[in-house]
Amino acid sequence: MAEPPVDIGWAQLAFASALILVAIALSAWQRLGLGKSLAVGAARAVIQLTLIGYVLAWLFNTNRWYFVLGVLLLMTLTATIAATDRQSGAAQAQRRLRPICFASILVGSGLTLAYVGAAVVDVTPWYNPRYLVPLFGMIVGNAMNCAALAAERLQSEMEAGRGQIEAYLALGATPQQASAEPARRATVAAMIPTINALTVVGVVSLPGMMTGQILAGSSPTLAVRYQLVVVFMLTAAAALTAAGIVLWYRRTFFTTAAQLLPRVTV
Amino acid sequence: MASLPGRRDHGAAGEGNATKIPFRYCERVHGDRAFTDRKFMPRQFEQPIDVPDAFALENVIQERGGRRVLAGVTIGLPKGGFSALIGPSGAGKTSLLRLLNRLDDPTSGVVRFLGQPIDDFPVRALRRRVGFVFQTPAMFPGTVADNLAIVSTLGGNMAADASMRVADVLRLAELGADFGERSAADLSGGEKQRVALARALMTGPEVLLLDEPTAALDPEIAEHLMHTLQRLRESTGLTIVMVTHRLSEARFTSTYAVMLEAGRVVEAGPSARLFSAPVEVRTREFITAGEGGTDHG
Repeated sequence: MAEPPVDIGWAQLAFASALILVAIALSAWQRLGLGKSLAVGAARAVIQLTLIGYVLAWLFNTNRWYFVLGVLLLMTLTATIAATDRQSGAAQAQRRLRPICFASILVGSGLTLAYVGAAVVDVTPWYNPRYLVPLFGMIVGNAMNCAALAAERLQSEMEAGRGQIEAYLALGATPQQASAEPARRATVAAMIPTINALTVVGVVSLPGMMTGQILAGSSPTLAVRYQLVVVFMLTAAAALTAAGIVLWYRRTFFTTAAQLLPRVTV
Repeated sequence: MASLPGRRDHGAAGEGNATKIPFRYCERVHGDRAFTDRKFMPRQFEQPIDVPDAFALENVIQERGGRRVLAGVTIGLPKGGFSALIGPSGAGKTSLLRLLNRLDDPTSGVVRFLGQPIDDFPVRALRRRVGFVFQTPAMFPGTVADNLAIVSTLGGNMAADASMRVADVLRLAELGADFGERSAADLSGGEKQRVALARALMTGPEVLLLDEPTAALDPEIAEHLMHTLQRLRESTGLTIVMVTHRLSEARFTSTYAVMLEAGRVVEAGPSARLFSAPVEVRTREFITAGEGGTDHG
């Protein structure tokens, strides 16, 4: 690193928090009624980030592979809950979705991270939390959105396509053949935001990680190369996660005798 | 005589020779095995002749969402026959039909196909022997020919003669040969229903199940489709089971009829007898109301 970043002390942070007051004042002036939400949101951000700061500091100091893996699993679990909680549809559908979602995010993000850790960034030791945790955080966050979209879309396509799916089944098709079209549409829908992000990166959006790295004193070209690694990771993990969700989740719509289960009612 | 491509077993009925027996089910009886409740079998028809059942249901109960849609159905449906399932809406007609190629399984009871429990057959093979035409035909993407040809790819080993088969089934469904090139999505309701029929014939089925195939069609088009089905059955020996709410349709096309109400069989018997001399009061009322009114059950 060329130069160390400017330090931010508690006093500086207090000045920064005045920026939230601007938004709160605006809300009061325009009677938006957002004051309370803004205050609670800001407080939550402070508490959550402070805590995670201490957790990361502790994780970097202890530097044990099992703690690192535990944190990665916890991140996957949190992402799973966030992705499935947003699903409409009945609790029954959500229960059968959870394990599939967890496995898909874990496998999709885990494989991607393992590949990058082994072949690209050359992390030593292999569990070095300074690399694994931030990288995993970014790809899990993206995989989470992708999983939520894939599941949501598959659910609605399977409902809308009941007539066609049963028409296929009645002709002796396998459930896989019968649900090929809903599965294809769900996968495409889940991938579109990731592909869009890939298209506009550096033009419309300057990714947080890259700007952070530049602020921290890294050379812009190195920061760009890191960012490229990250967007490739995001894409691979999203594709793997979407594929996992679509392949496994759609099986739960059928019985072992290739019958389409009745509509799940709320 | 036309023959359905890929047929495994035509059976004796409807082969066009001396054994042809449409409308001759009059004397047939289901036998003790299929019929435990004798009340439904009028005495004068208890002269058994040996026509095997395509399907036999024994005390079949079906529950859906906590509701009993079939409340103990015991019935036989003759092989080679044209059976009509009639009754008011909510009687369980469609629920019963869906058991016959295992789109659903019953909550309890036994469904037999050709004497064997239906789940003894591998389900996908069963469905290729027992075709299903839905009330609302769902077209697949592409042309009519695409809709038909894709059926060959679903089962595996029939891709080779797909184009020949497409021509065959278009003819059997009485669609012009030029229909193959039309876009399936742009067809009229009646044409789509014929494409659905042709598609079901692609697997060379022995049985065709039809769930109110004419519900959304104009009377004239509906009648034309019924004639097609009759000719199809006569030329190929198909067993047909059809749910219908058009009583005139059931009366003039079917050889055997089953009256259902509230998930139970009210009465079953040869159509010629059931429609002219129903034994049960409920059947008589239903038929009278249907014919006096608007052709609805």
